[in-house]
Amino acid sequence: MTTYHVQIKVMPLKDLLDPQGKAVLGGLHNLGLNGISDVRIGKHITLQIEAESELSAKTKAEEACKKLLANPVMEFYEIEMVQG
Amino acid sequence: MKFGVVVFPGSNCDRDMQDALQNDLNKEVIMLWHKDRDLSMFTTDDCIVLPGGFSYGDYLRCGAIARFSNMMESVIEFAQRGGKVLGVCNGFQILCESGLLPGVLLQNIHQKYVCKNVNITNGKEVFTIPIAHGDGRYYASNEVLEELQANNQILFQYCDEAGNIVADANPNGALQNIAGIKNKAGNVFGMMPHPERASSPLLGNEDGKKIFALLGLTA
Repeated sequence: MTTYHVQIKVMPLKDLLDPQGKAVLGGLHNLGLNGISDVRIGKHITLQIEAESELSAKTKAEEACKKLLANPVMEFYEIEMVQG
Repeated sequence: MKFGVVVFPGSNCDRDMQDALQNDLNKEVIMLWHKDRDLSMFTTDDCIVLPGGFSYGDYLRCGAIARFSNMMESVIEFAQRGGKVLGVCNGFQILCESGLLPGVLLQNIHQKYVCKNVNITNGKEVFTIPIAHGDGRYYASNEVLEELQANNQILFQYCDEAGNIVADANPNGALQNIAGIKNKAGNVFGMMPHPERASSPLLGNEDGKKIFALLGLTA
Protein backbone atom coordinates (compact mmCIF):
# COMPACT_ATOMS: atom_id res chain seq x y z
CA MET A 1 0.00 0.00 0.00
CA THR A 2 1.21 3.45 -0.84
CA THR A 3 0.06 6.80 0.49
CA TYR A 4 -1.06 9.12 -2.27
CA HIS A 5 -1.41 12.83 -1.72
CA VAL A 6 -4.40 14.27 -3.50
CA GLN A 7 -5.36 17.87 -4.14
CA ILE A 8 -8.91 18.63 -5.18
CA LYS A 9 -10.22 21.88 -6.60
CA VAL A 10 -13.96 22.52 -6.31
CA MET A 11 -15.34 25.57 -8.15
CA PRO A 12 -18.81 27.00 -8.77
CA LEU A 13 -20.03 26.21 -12.30
CA LYS A 14 -19.01 28.85 -14.83
CA ASP A 15 -22.61 29.86 -15.63
CA LEU A 16 -23.53 30.47 -11.99
CA LEU A 17 -23.27 33.83 -10.27
CA ASP A 18 -20.79 33.61 -7.38
CA PRO A 19 -21.88 36.26 -4.83
CA GLN A 20 -18.74 35.71 -2.74
CA GLY A 21 -16.48 36.34 -5.72
CA LYS A 22 -18.52 39.41 -6.64
CA ALA A 23 -18.12 40.86 -3.13
CA VAL A 24 -14.36 40.21 -3.15
CA LEU A 25 -14.05 41.83 -6.59
CA GLY A 26 -15.74 44.94 -5.14
CA GLY A 27 -13.18 44.91 -2.31
CA LEU A 28 -10.27 44.66 -4.75
CA HIS A 29 -11.58 47.62 -6.73
CA ASN A 30 -11.98 49.58 -3.50
CA LEU A 31 -8.30 48.91 -2.83
CA GLY A 32 -7.54 50.61 -6.11
CA LEU A 33 -6.52 47.36 -7.79
CA ASN A 34 -8.05 47.87 -11.19
CA GLY A 35 -7.89 45.63 -14.21
CA ILE A 36 -9.08 42.65 -12.15
CA SER A 37 -12.30 40.95 -13.17
CA ASP A 38 -14.30 37.74 -12.81
CA VAL A 39 -13.24 36.73 -9.29
CA ARG A 40 -14.61 33.31 -8.40
CA ILE A 41 -14.16 31.52 -5.13
CA GLY A 42 -14.11 27.79 -4.63
CA LYS A 43 -12.54 25.27 -2.32
CA HIS A 44 -9.19 23.56 -2.23
CA ILE A 45 -9.27 20.20 -0.47
CA THR A 46 -6.21 18.10 0.29
CA LEU A 47 -6.33 14.52 1.42
CA GLN A 48 -4.27 11.35 1.62
CA ILE A 49 -5.39 8.02 0.25
CA GLU A 50 -3.90 4.62 1.01
CA ALA A 51 -4.13 2.53 -2.10
CA GLU A 52 -2.38 -0.15 -4.11
CA SER A 53 -1.96 2.00 -7.19
CA GLU A 54 -2.32 5.58 -8.31
CA LEU A 55 -5.26 4.54 -10.45
CA SER A 56 -7.17 3.07 -7.51
CA ALA A 57 -6.34 6.14 -5.39
CA LYS A 58 -7.69 8.38 -8.12
CA THR A 59 -10.82 6.26 -8.45
CA LYS A 60 -11.41 6.65 -4.73
CA ALA A 61 -10.90 10.44 -4.96
CA GLU A 62 -13.41 10.56 -7.83
CA GLU A 63 -15.93 8.70 -5.69
CA ALA A 64 -15.35 11.12 -2.79
CA CYS A 65 -15.94 14.07 -5.11
CA LYS A 66 -19.05 12.60 -6.69
CA LYS A 67 -20.66 11.52 -3.41
CA LEU A 68 -19.76 14.36 -1.08
CA LEU A 69 -17.02 16.88 -1.88
CA ALA A 70 -18.73 18.49 -4.88
CA ASN A 71 -22.36 18.91 -5.90
CA PRO A 72 -22.56 18.62 -9.70
CA VAL A 73 -25.69 20.80 -9.82
CA MET A 74 -23.61 23.80 -8.74
CA GLU A 75 -19.92 22.84 -8.87
CA PHE A 76 -17.22 21.13 -10.89
CA TYR A 77 -14.02 19.56 -9.57
CA GLU A 78 -10.51 18.72 -10.66
CA ILE A 79 -8.34 16.08 -9.02
CA GLU A 80 -4.56 16.32 -8.93
CA MET A 81 -2.32 13.54 -7.69
CA VAL A 82 0.75 15.04 -6.03
CA GLN A 83 4.08 13.30 -5.52
CA GLY A 84 4.49 12.72 -1.77
CA MET B 1 -51.18 11.40 11.59
CA LYS B 2 -48.17 12.00 13.77
CA PHE B 3 -44.89 13.81 13.22
CA GLY B 4 -41.21 13.12 13.78
CA VAL B 5 -38.86 16.10 13.98
CA VAL B 6 -35.19 15.30 13.31
CA VAL B 7 -32.62 17.07 15.49
CA PHE B 8 -29.17 17.47 13.90
CA PRO B 9 -26.20 19.12 15.59
CA GLY B 10 -26.82 22.76 14.64
CA SER B 11 -30.59 22.52 14.14
CA ASN B 12 -32.20 25.57 15.71
CA CYS B 13 -35.82 25.50 14.55
CA ASP B 14 -36.54 22.00 15.89
CA ARG B 15 -38.27 23.27 19.05
CA ASP B 16 -40.25 25.88 17.11
CA MET B 17 -41.45 23.10 14.81
CA GLN B 18 -42.32 20.85 17.75
CA ASP B 19 -44.21 23.68 19.47
CA ALA B 20 -46.19 24.61 16.36
CA LEU B 21 -47.12 21.00 15.57
CA GLN B 22 -48.05 20.11 19.15
CA ASN B 23 -49.67 23.29 20.42
CA ASP B 24 -51.00 24.97 17.29
CA LEU B 25 -51.91 21.92 15.21
CA ASN B 26 -52.57 19.50 18.11
CA LYS B 27 -50.41 16.74 16.66
CA GLU B 28 -48.37 14.05 18.34
CA VAL B 29 -44.67 14.80 17.86
CA ILE B 30 -41.68 12.54 18.46
CA MET B 31 -38.24 14.16 18.46
CA LEU B 32 -35.67 12.11 16.52
CA TRP B 33 -31.93 12.26 17.24
CA HIS B 34 -29.67 12.23 14.16
CA LYS B 35 -27.56 9.35 15.53
CA ASP B 36 -30.57 7.04 15.84
CA ARG B 37 -32.05 5.10 12.94
CA ASP B 38 -35.39 3.83 14.19
CA LEU B 39 -38.52 5.03 12.37
CA SER B 40 -40.56 1.90 13.15
CA MET B 41 -43.06 3.96 15.18
CA PHE B 42 -44.16 5.73 11.99
CA THR B 43 -46.31 4.59 9.10
CA THR B 44 -46.15 6.15 5.64
CA ASP B 45 -49.24 8.21 6.59
CA ASP B 46 -47.05 10.06 9.09
CA CYS B 47 -44.62 12.88 8.39
CA ILE B 48 -40.93 13.34 9.18
CA VAL B 49 -39.86 16.98 9.39
CA LEU B 50 -36.32 18.26 8.78
CA PRO B 51 -36.22 21.59 10.60
CA GLY B 52 -34.27 24.77 9.92
CA GLY B 53 -30.89 25.65 11.34
CA PHE B 54 -27.26 25.12 10.44
CA SER B 55 -26.79 21.36 10.57
CA TYR B 56 -23.12 20.43 10.93
CA GLY B 57 -22.23 24.13 10.82
CA ASP B 58 -23.13 24.34 7.11
CA TYR B 59 -19.66 22.84 6.53
CA LEU B 60 -18.75 22.05 2.91
CA ARG B 61 -22.23 22.98 1.63
CA CYS B 62 -25.51 23.59 3.46
CA GLY B 63 -27.07 20.20 4.17
CA ALA B 64 -24.22 18.20 2.60
CA ILE B 65 -23.04 16.41 5.74
CA ALA B 66 -26.47 15.93 7.35
CA ARG B 67 -27.43 13.83 4.37
CA PHE B 68 -25.07 11.05 5.53
CA SER B 69 -26.28 10.89 9.13
CA ASN B 70 -27.84 7.66 10.42
CA MET B 71 -31.30 9.19 10.68
CA MET B 72 -31.19 10.62 7.17
CA GLU B 73 -30.51 7.17 5.76
CA SER B 74 -33.73 6.02 7.42
CA VAL B 75 -35.59 9.14 6.27
CA ILE B 76 -34.50 8.58 2.66
CA GLU B 77 -35.72 4.99 2.86
CA PHE B 78 -38.99 6.20 4.50
CA ALA B 79 -39.54 8.72 1.68
CA GLN B 80 -38.85 6.07 -0.96
CA ARG B 81 -41.57 3.92 0.64
CA GLY B 82 -43.99 6.83 0.20
CA GLY B 83 -43.77 8.37 3.69
CA LYS B 84 -44.32 12.11 3.92
CA VAL B 85 -41.25 14.28 4.47
CA LEU B 86 -41.21 18.07 4.94
CA GLY B 87 -37.99 20.09 4.93
CA VAL B 88 -38.01 23.73 5.98
CA CYS B 89 -35.07 26.05 5.28
CA ASN B 90 -31.98 23.97 6.18
CA GLY B 91 -34.31 20.96 5.89
CA PHE B 92 -35.02 21.94 2.26
CA GLN B 93 -31.27 22.20 1.64
CA ILE B 94 -30.77 18.71 3.12
CA LEU B 95 -33.54 17.27 0.90
CA CYS B 96 -31.85 18.73 -2.20
CA GLU B 97 -28.42 17.44 -1.14
CA SER B 98 -29.85 13.99 -0.48
CA GLY B 99 -31.44 13.85 -3.92
CA LEU B 100 -35.00 13.55 -2.56
CA LEU B 101 -35.72 16.87 -4.27
CA PRO B 102 -34.09 18.19 -7.46
CA GLY B 103 -31.92 21.31 -7.65
CA VAL B 104 -29.90 23.13 -5.04
CA LEU B 105 -30.05 26.23 -2.82
CA LEU B 106 -27.26 28.70 -3.54
CA GLN B 107 -26.00 31.72 -1.61
CA ASN B 108 -28.44 34.64 -1.89
CA ILE B 109 -27.78 36.78 -4.95
CA HIS B 110 -27.12 39.96 -2.93
CA GLN B 111 -24.74 38.23 -0.47
CA LYS B 112 -26.99 39.13 2.47
CA TYR B 113 -28.74 37.03 5.06
CA VAL B 114 -32.46 37.88 4.89
CA CYS B 115 -34.81 37.67 7.86
CA LYS B 116 -38.25 39.12 7.19
CA ASN B 117 -41.85 38.37 6.31
CA VAL B 118 -42.43 37.65 2.63
CA ASN B 119 -45.48 36.89 0.53
CA ILE B 120 -45.70 33.55 -1.23
CA THR B 121 -48.38 32.13 -3.48
CA ASN B 122 -49.48 28.70 -4.61
CA GLY B 123 -51.12 30.34 -7.64
CA LYS B 124 -54.46 30.65 -5.87
CA GLU B 125 -53.89 32.35 -2.53
CA VAL B 126 -51.27 34.65 -1.01
CA PHE B 127 -49.65 33.81 2.34
CA THR B 128 -47.36 35.88 4.53
CA ILE B 129 -44.62 33.71 5.97
CA PRO B 130 -41.22 34.62 7.46
CA ILE B 131 -37.93 33.67 5.83
CA ALA B 132 -34.50 33.60 7.52
CA HIS B 133 -31.65 32.38 5.34
CA GLY B 134 -28.37 33.20 3.64
CA ASP B 135 -28.53 30.38 1.11
CA GLY B 136 -32.01 30.28 -0.37
CA ARG B 137 -31.48 30.95 -4.07
CA TYR B 138 -33.16 27.97 -5.68
CA TYR B 139 -31.30 26.81 -8.75
CA ALA B 140 -31.78 23.89 -11.15
CA SER B 141 -31.03 23.23 -14.80
CA ASN B 142 -33.56 24.28 -17.44
CA GLU B 143 -34.58 20.66 -17.99
CA VAL B 144 -35.32 20.22 -14.28
CA LEU B 145 -37.30 23.50 -14.19
CA GLU B 146 -39.37 22.39 -17.15
CA GLU B 147 -40.04 19.07 -15.46
CA LEU B 148 -41.06 20.82 -12.21
CA GLN B 149 -43.54 22.93 -14.17
CA ALA B 150 -44.86 20.08 -16.27
CA ASN B 151 -45.58 17.99 -13.16
CA ASN B 152 -46.93 20.88 -11.06
CA GLN B 153 -44.12 20.40 -8.55
CA ILE B 154 -43.64 24.09 -7.78
CA LEU B 155 -45.47 24.58 -4.48
CA PHE B 156 -44.81 28.23 -3.65
CA GLN B 157 -43.35 31.28 -5.38
CA TYR B 158 -42.37 34.62 -3.88
CA CYS B 159 -44.87 37.29 -4.88
CA ASP B 160 -46.11 40.77 -4.05
CA GLU B 161 -49.13 41.43 -1.82
CA ALA B 162 -51.49 41.01 -4.75
CA GLY B 163 -49.99 37.66 -5.69
CA ASN B 164 -47.98 38.85 -8.71
CA ILE B 165 -44.79 36.83 -9.17
CA VAL B 166 -42.41 39.71 -9.86
CA ALA B 167 -38.64 40.21 -9.56
CA ASP B 168 -39.07 42.86 -6.84
CA ALA B 169 -40.72 40.27 -4.59
CA ASN B 170 -37.83 37.81 -4.95
CA PRO B 171 -35.77 37.97 -1.72
CA ASN B 172 -32.82 35.83 -2.80
CA GLY B 173 -32.59 35.53 -6.58
CA ALA B 174 -34.30 32.13 -6.74
CA LEU B 175 -35.05 30.98 -10.30
CA GLN B 176 -38.70 31.66 -11.15
CA ASN B 177 -39.16 33.06 -7.61
CA ILE B 178 -39.29 29.47 -6.34
CA ALA B 179 -39.84 29.28 -2.56
CA GLY B 180 -40.91 25.64 -2.30
CA ILE B 181 -41.20 22.47 -4.38
CA LYS B 182 -42.32 18.86 -4.04
CA ASN B 183 -41.03 15.65 -5.57
CA LYS B 184 -42.70 13.97 -8.50
CA ALA B 185 -44.48 11.41 -6.31
CA GLY B 186 -45.89 14.24 -4.18
CA ASN B 187 -44.79 12.99 -0.74
CA VAL B 188 -41.61 15.07 -0.20
CA PHE B 189 -41.94 18.83 0.32
CA GLY B 190 -39.22 21.46 0.67
CA MET B 191 -39.60 25.18 1.32
CA MET B 192 -37.41 28.07 2.47
CA PRO B 193 -40.14 30.04 4.37
CA HIS B 194 -40.92 28.97 7.94
CA PRO B 195 -44.61 28.04 8.43
CA GLU B 196 -43.84 26.95 12.02
CA ARG B 197 -43.03 30.57 12.88
CA ALA B 198 -46.44 31.73 11.73
CA SER B 199 -48.93 29.28 13.20
CA SER B 200 -49.97 30.88 16.48
CA PRO B 201 -52.37 33.74 17.24
CA LEU B 202 -49.82 34.85 19.84
CA LEU B 203 -47.37 35.53 17.02
CA GLY B 204 -49.97 37.54 15.11
CA ASN B 205 -49.87 35.34 12.03
CA GLU B 206 -51.55 32.01 11.41
CA ASP B 207 -50.87 31.67 7.67
CA GLY B 208 -48.46 28.86 8.54
CA LYS B 209 -51.40 26.66 9.49
CA LYS B 210 -52.80 27.13 5.99
CA ILE B 211 -49.44 25.99 4.58
CA PHE B 212 -49.48 22.78 6.66
CA ALA B 213 -53.10 22.22 5.53
CA LEU B 214 -52.25 22.77 1.85
CA LEU B 215 -49.50 20.16 2.09
CA GLY B 216 -52.03 17.71 3.51
CA LEU B 217 -50.30 17.62 6.89
CA THR B 218 -53.25 18.49 9.10
CA ALA B 219 -55.26 15.30 8.51
